[in-house]
Amino acid sequence: MKQGEFNKIKKGTDCVFHILFILVAVLCLTPLVFVFIISFSEEHSVMVNGYSFHPEAWSTDAYQFVFQSGGQVMNALRVSVTVTVLGVMVGMCLTCSYAYVLSRRRFRYRNLFTKILVVTMFFNGGLVATYLVVANFLHLKNNILALILPIAVTPFNIMVMRTFYTVSVPEALVESARIDGATQFQAFTRIVLPISKPGLATIALFLTLEYWNDWKNALLYIDTKDLYPLQYLLMKIERNIEFIAQSGGRGNMGLDSALSRLPSETAKMAVVVIAIIPIACAYPFFQRFFVAGLTIGSVKE
Amino acid sequence: MARKRLSKDDAELTVMAVPTLIWFALFCFLPMLGVLIAFKDFRISGGGFVDSFLKSPWVGFENFRFLFSTGEALAITRNTILYNLVILVLDVAVPVSFALMLHELRNQKAAKVYQTILFLPYFLSWVVVSSFLYAFLSPDKGIVNHLLADAGKPTVSWYTETKPWPFLLVFIRVWKEMGYGTVIYLASLTGIDTTYYEAAILDGANKRQQILHITLPLLKPIVVVMMIMAMGKIFNASFGLFYQIPRDSGALYSVTNVIDTYVYRAMTGMGEIGMSAAAALFQSVMGMLMLLGSNWIVSRIDNENALF
Repeated sequence: MKQGEFNKIKKGTDCVFHILFILVAVLCLTPLVFVFIISFSEEHSVMVNGYSFHPEAWSTDAYQFVFQSGGQVMNALRVSVTVTVLGVMVGMCLTCSYAYVLSRRRFRYRNLFTKILVVTMFFNGGLVATYLVVANFLHLKNNILALILPIAVTPFNIMVMRTFYTVSVPEALVESARIDGATQFQAFTRIVLPISKPGLATIALFLTLEYWNDWKNALLYIDTKDLYPLQYLLMKIERNIEFIAQSGGRGNMGLDSALSRLPSETAKMAVVVIAIIPIACAYPFFQRFFVAGLTIGSVKE
Repeated sequence: MARKRLSKDDAELTVMAVPTLIWFALFCFLPMLGVLIAFKDFRISGGGFVDSFLKSPWVGFENFRFLFSTGEALAITRNTILYNLVILVLDVAVPVSFALMLHELRNQKAAKVYQTILFLPYFLSWVVVSSFLYAFLSPDKGIVNHLLADAGKPTVSWYTETKPWPFLLVFIRVWKEMGYGTVIYLASLTGIDTTYYEAAILDGANKRQQILHITLPLLKPIVVVMMIMAMGKIFNASFGLFYQIPRDSGALYSVTNVIDTYVYRAMTGMGEIGMSAAAALFQSVMGMLMLLGSNWIVSRIDNENALF
């Protein structure tokens, strides 16, 4: 409907709304800008004046330190990327296949398998039981799989994907492939998946964010520093900056002198920035898919 | 059509579901059985999980009695419920108001930009948000204390002073997740059939009347669903919010300790596996009762909107 001028809000109200949203937007962006500025501040001016929006001197020391002597950060970055890539792959396989099975109307166990999914949505064993299963039954402590497997499947993702198939993959397409002699698996991989790219992109995004931002599994299952993902390393160095230096400072200088010239305050914020950058850069592009996925997922059925 | 034998289709589809079913068995159903630990004096033996489970003696409700005898159970339950009630109200009020306002803006391009910016904090991890807060509240370098000092006011030791934390935690939670609700409510606003409004305009309804008598009633079903789900989680606090944001500061436990953080600390710090399992089971059972209860109440009032 083309709304005429008469059904729009008054100019004054419109103006008030804009002012409110500009304030809220500033509230959302300020912290990001702030840590960005701190990470490029000169360590000495932070030490003297505290964190500030307009530091006395600028410097890239923090980043040089993080990338050159902070072997730990690079390693954590590698772990995070590995976990995210593998996790998205495993998660996609488990999510998309199960969702496809649920979307087949004439499948005999459709109801049973849907019930299994719904049960996992509303019940869980809680932290302790899950911890014991992963650590003592599957023996995944200090294993990279402990960062990947426990969060690979989310019932919500399966629901989103199932709804996507039901809405956008015509039944006749699968039927005709079956008549041509394709197995269900072939029909799924060769016909259904190629035309489900928007849905797949949405799920991949949900999973990417979940893995990239995860620190809880590392907190529970990882003790060896080599397996720290970036978010967990960040949590550790927030409490103790020496964490970065331990594997990096072993060059020609002693640990003491390395520690004394640590740009510790600014380096912390540099790691924060490194943890945010991939998301902040990709955000404008993936937001559309994300909103689409949320909208599908919140449809009551 | 009754089928006795498994058709080829059924067999193939079942096989395709097997990997995910195994995942459910390992990471959902096995832990569900594991809640029985709450009734055991659980000791980890050398022979792995099953062996430890079998060798640990049953103790009935001993773990629960221990949990509730400390008095801490009451405090953490109170914290969890009070925080969640406030969050539950704000989680509807803030995003619904924002969505209504964004929907009415004359400049819809600007509305898109606002929505994008509002949604951004949702994508950051709690660890990152905790660093953000620290940049403001760090006792010696934080900008807030520097501003206070410049203004000649006494500085605050933010991470040991309990008073501001109830407000801070709620504020940060709303700040981080308001974009999520806004997007969902905005989507349902856009989905409302415009002919309702056309008819209302013909009848001479003004903007406020349209919102009161068309928009809000049509939003009600989704709001009710979100509320029922939130009631089901009222005993579950966000671990990230309550563990990361106060930086695990012991001085703040009286206002930041909730069931989830308590369970974690009891399990890792004190090794009280049986008791933390009891707390976790208490949490799940109460959550289930709340979910069923609120769904029942909704179904009594208005069957249309109930979840099941």
